Amino acid sequence: MGKAKRAHHLTSTWARRALRAFAHPTLLLLALCNFALATEIPLDQRRSGYEDLGRDTKAMQDDDTANPATFGVLDGEAIWNSKVGSANKSCADCHGDAARSMKGVAARYPAFDAREGRPVDLEQRINLERRDRQGAPPLKYESHELLALTVYLGRQSRGMPIAEATDPRLAPFIAQGRALFEQRQGQINMSCAQCHDDSWGKKLAGNVVPQAHPTGYPIYRLEWQGLGSLQRRLRNCIVGMRAEGYEFGAPDYVALELFLMQRARGMTIETPGVRP
Amino acid sequence: MARALINVPQKATRGQVIEIKTLISHIMETGFRHDNVGKPIPRNIITGFVARYNGEEIFRADLFPAIAANPFVSFHTVATESGTIDFEWTGDNGFHETGSAKITVES
Amino acid sequence: MMDQGTKGTSRREVLLGGMAGVGAALIRIEPAAATPESMKKAIRQVVGESPVRKGKVTIDVPTLVENGNTVALAIEVESPMTKDDHVKAIHVFNERNPLPNVISTRIGPRAGRARISTRFRLADTQTIVAVAELSDGSFWSASADVIVTLAACLESLD
Repeated sequence: MGKAKRAHHLTSTWARRALRAFAHPTLLLLALCNFALATEIPLDQRRSGYEDLGRDTKAMQDDDTANPATFGVLDGEAIWNSKVGSANKSCADCHGDAARSMKGVAARYPAFDAREGRPVDLEQRINLERRDRQGAPPLKYESHELLALTVYLGRQSRGMPIAEATDPRLAPFIAQGRALFEQRQGQINMSCAQCHDDSWGKKLAGNVVPQAHPTGYPIYRLEWQGLGSLQRRLRNCIVGMRAEGYEFGAPDYVALELFLMQRARGMTIETPGVRP
Repeated sequence: MARALINVPQKATRGQVIEIKTLISHIMETGFRHDNVGKPIPRNIITGFVARYNGEEIFRADLFPAIAANPFVSFHTVATESGTIDFEWTGDNGFHETGSAKITVES
Repeated sequence: MMDQGTKGTSRREVLLGGMAGVGAALIRIEPAAATPESMKKAIRQVVGESPVRKGKVTIDVPTLVENGNTVALAIEVESPMTKDDHVKAIHVFNERNPLPNVISTRIGPRAGRARISTRFRLADTQTIVAVAELSDGSFWSASADVIVTLAACLESLD
């Protein structure tokens, strides 16, 4: 682990490297060609944030009876079986036992929705099902009900690898997500990639910088002392970067979620994870 | 709503020291926070926890606002005989929750 | 609440005195915060006049926490835990949270092992103290220094 690097220090190092690169004629040509490529983490060097946890936090995730997220999983199961809406139907009425029918679903979301013409994440899929099949109003983002349902569904994919997106319709949205991940933003003028691709393993304010793979969402975050979604976590990062956040459910967030899941393709789902 | 999670070994041998882990869903509002217009948020915590083994008290704890949300408390007890271990949580605003687990103790 | 003449408030006392003459009521709100003194007081409330000896108690807490809002803590006390020689109680205190008490537990010979664990909150870098009361009426303690930093990624900036 290296010394903690302050944000402005990272920026000036990058800027200095960039200036040096552009000053050299051969490097300038190379830089123009390679500019679009990020310094992506090699697939075999990827590691989950779980590996950076302390002994007791790992124990908290490993033991379902010691993980407060389990309350959410149990509540999600109850909601799955409750009849709601004008159709007076429960999720179970159509989908049966979630352990069977929902296995692998969270591992392949966000997924393309033909009617919406864009990818939707699991929260949006739940609300679309509620609207179209149950005649029920949407659940609010970060509400206990929506978190309980998504953690219950995520739990059904625990142990499974994140699916590689083969749907060609998703390609432009993955590219959009990648662009968001690599763009500099906020008052600190930093990109996600600068910390999570280039500086993972180093420390920031006493904490190890993770590679930021969404393998455990929704997570129980020690900072929140509660459950929260990937979008909530992304908002926290964006506030940390002193940048302007998007509204919950914004297409930008879904594109970023989609990119992050693809960046983590093949890694194992841990939901519900515990993180600092 | 699911409230308490209890981890007690299902089986033990007589005289064995076992670890009991408990987790309860609760916000543990400290009473020191303020809302976004400066109004203090009133305290709302679990204040007491008791465990009884076939009716006899084996563990008691007084909890303060410093205990993190969704209080986790673990302790040890000697497996003496088969039976039931009962748990009781009490707190502000009349909070009262119970749980229990059966244990089989073999010689 | 009028100041009782603590250091650095003589000017405030004069101002208050002056204002009182005009008939104004000034209320000074003291933010609640434990201090090393209030922690000592809280420990006194538990041990009374008995001496507190260092030893027998081990505190298992990270030196640098992952997050101050939820910190794993375990306390173990060396004891045969027999009817004649056992730990009766384990108390945990802190010096920088709003209140000095963290948890007070009562155990006995039925415990078999004097080890408890929980998760607690730490407002700032500080020292925590664990005090064990034994069946012979003696008190033993240990302390641990814990470093707490703010998370880099927060909900909001206020």
